[in-house]
Amino acid sequence: MDKFEEIKNTKFPNIPKKKILRWVIIIAIAVFIITGLYTVNPEEVGVIQRFGKYLKTTDPGLHFKIPFGIDKLTKVPIKQIKKEEFGFRTIQAGVKSKFSSRDYSEESLMLTGDTNIADVEWIVQYRIKNPYNYLFVIRNIRSTLRSVSEFVVRQIVGDRSVDEVIILDREEIAFQSIDMMQKVLDEYEAGIEIITIKLQNVNPPDKVKPAFNEVNSAKQEKEKITNDAWQKYNQVIPEAKGKAKRTIEEAEGYAVNRVNRAQGDARKFIEVWNNYRTAKSVTKKRMYLETLQEVLPKVEKVYLVDEDQKGILPLLDLGREK
Amino acid sequence: MDYKKWLIIIVVALIVIINAFYIIDESQQVIITQFGKPIGDGIGNAGLHIKIPFIQKVHFFEKRTLEWDGTPQQIPTSDKRYIWLDTFARWQINNPLKFYESTRTETAAHSRLDDIISGTTRDVISSNKLIDIVRDTNRDMSFTLEYEESTLEEIKKEIVTVGRSNIADTIQSLSTPQIEKYGIKLVDIQIKRVNYVNEVREKVYDRMISERKKIAARYRSEGEGRAAEILGKMRRELDEIESEAYRTAQEIKGKADAEAIQVYANAYNKDPDFYEFQKTLETYKQTINNKNTLIMGTDSEYYKFLKKIDK
Repeated sequence: MDKFEEIKNTKFPNIPKKKILRWVIIIAIAVFIITGLYTVNPEEVGVIQRFGKYLKTTDPGLHFKIPFGIDKLTKVPIKQIKKEEFGFRTIQAGVKSKFSSRDYSEESLMLTGDTNIADVEWIVQYRIKNPYNYLFVIRNIRSTLRSVSEFVVRQIVGDRSVDEVIILDREEIAFQSIDMMQKVLDEYEAGIEIITIKLQNVNPPDKVKPAFNEVNSAKQEKEKITNDAWQKYNQVIPEAKGKAKRTIEEAEGYAVNRVNRAQGDARKFIEVWNNYRTAKSVTKKRMYLETLQEVLPKVEKVYLVDEDQKGILPLLDLGREK
Repeated sequence: MDYKKWLIIIVVALIVIINAFYIIDESQQVIITQFGKPIGDGIGNAGLHIKIPFIQKVHFFEKRTLEWDGTPQQIPTSDKRYIWLDTFARWQINNPLKFYESTRTETAAHSRLDDIISGTTRDVISSNKLIDIVRDTNRDMSFTLEYEESTLEEIKKEIVTVGRSNIADTIQSLSTPQIEKYGIKLVDIQIKRVNYVNEVREKVYDRMISERKKIAARYRSEGEGRAAEILGKMRRELDEIESEAYRTAQEIKGKADAEAIQVYANAYNKDPDFYEFQKTLETYKQTINNKNTLIMGTDSEYYKFLKKIDK
């Protein structure tokens, strides 16, 4: 008390002792309350440790803790979804995201079950589901999560053929990875929930890519060659069918023509013959003479030879006029 | 009393009191030593604790699970394939007293883990086949593209007898007893990355390329084959169509010809002589022209009147 009096006497001579004490108490309480108040944002929870020991987890809102290092607050963003990238890094996300040009192939290259190599890029989205575990069970959860993800994805890819990894089974691989990662992290009691795993670019290694593309182009080539052949087929066969029909039609035409002509000739013959029968001799002669009438004017020369005359032929220079 | 003296007493008392208390965080555990000698097994309970000031000393250790990430090692498998293998492990200080006595720092612990896990990993990997390290089960793999039968058979010949996770477990169970004496508990060991060494990798790339080229060539020849098949079918159908048309046409024509012959025969048979006469006359008309020279006897039907007229 002497000490107090001394201070009072020297520094604040005009203020009464009681008043000072009151102010000190008021200020102390104010400081206690102000430093003890804290806000927890909507996406987080507050974890309170008293003398290092876990006390409670507080929800978003205004809360109070004992200050002066007795209660320690750690805010854990449990609603925030975090993302880890494997085999690539986004430098700046946006409409046209920028990616790091560094080579992360040591992360993305992996062996497949048929002892080939695939280049797999993927992302893991996760959130903290148990703030206590997140803070107090595993140190450096992020790098643990990365290691686990690499091991899980590789183990699943390791049981698949390169075809399955690149083409057939992408979604299945992602689903299995989610389950398995969650299982491993739960065994660790990591307090992490895997929201999703998505395989991004899954490719054959760069050096092998052209050969894979060649298969695709060969497949298309195959289709093209086949289509071309079908096209030719479709051009030729209908045309041939048309031609065949024409040949048959023509034959039918020939047949009708031939039979008609024969019938015509026959009828004509019979008509003539019917008349001939009634006056055989006269008709025969007439026909003969009519023919000669028609034929003889056409002939250049007619030699008339008496039937008794022999050896006339040698006298005629038959080739002269030619 | 002199207030300076009081001040000294209060400060000293405060220091002593403060030194008597210590706080253990939820993530920590401690060992108390008295003149450098450990007292008890270690304390894991978080909170405020009391000790004898100055005489007892507190050593803090992590209680949480810690990570160990190995450096990749080049190891030959039992079937002589050279691979890079990268493992990682989770570990805890489960006996802080032993840990304090033998290891003390995390750095030292890492170096012990390096030594032990590297060794056991090498032993386990080199006594297993590559397929057991890559694959975990004998899951039936499917293939999109038509591999050569021989390639598929070769792949199917590779049978997993141990499996990746069992290998990791073996490494763990071999390492655990060796690391236990350091107060360390191995939570797990996992194979993070397996990769071929560079030369092998190049060879695998070459193999993959030639596999794909084979498939591509097969597609192409399949295309050619299919096209040839189609064109062949076309040729056959073409021949069929054309020859059938010819046959039908010839049949029709033949039938017509036969009918014509029949018709002619029926008619002409009525009087073959007359037919002959008539036809011959017709023939004259057609065959005799200005290129002919005709020699006729005077006794012919036509000229006989030049000679004489019968009375």
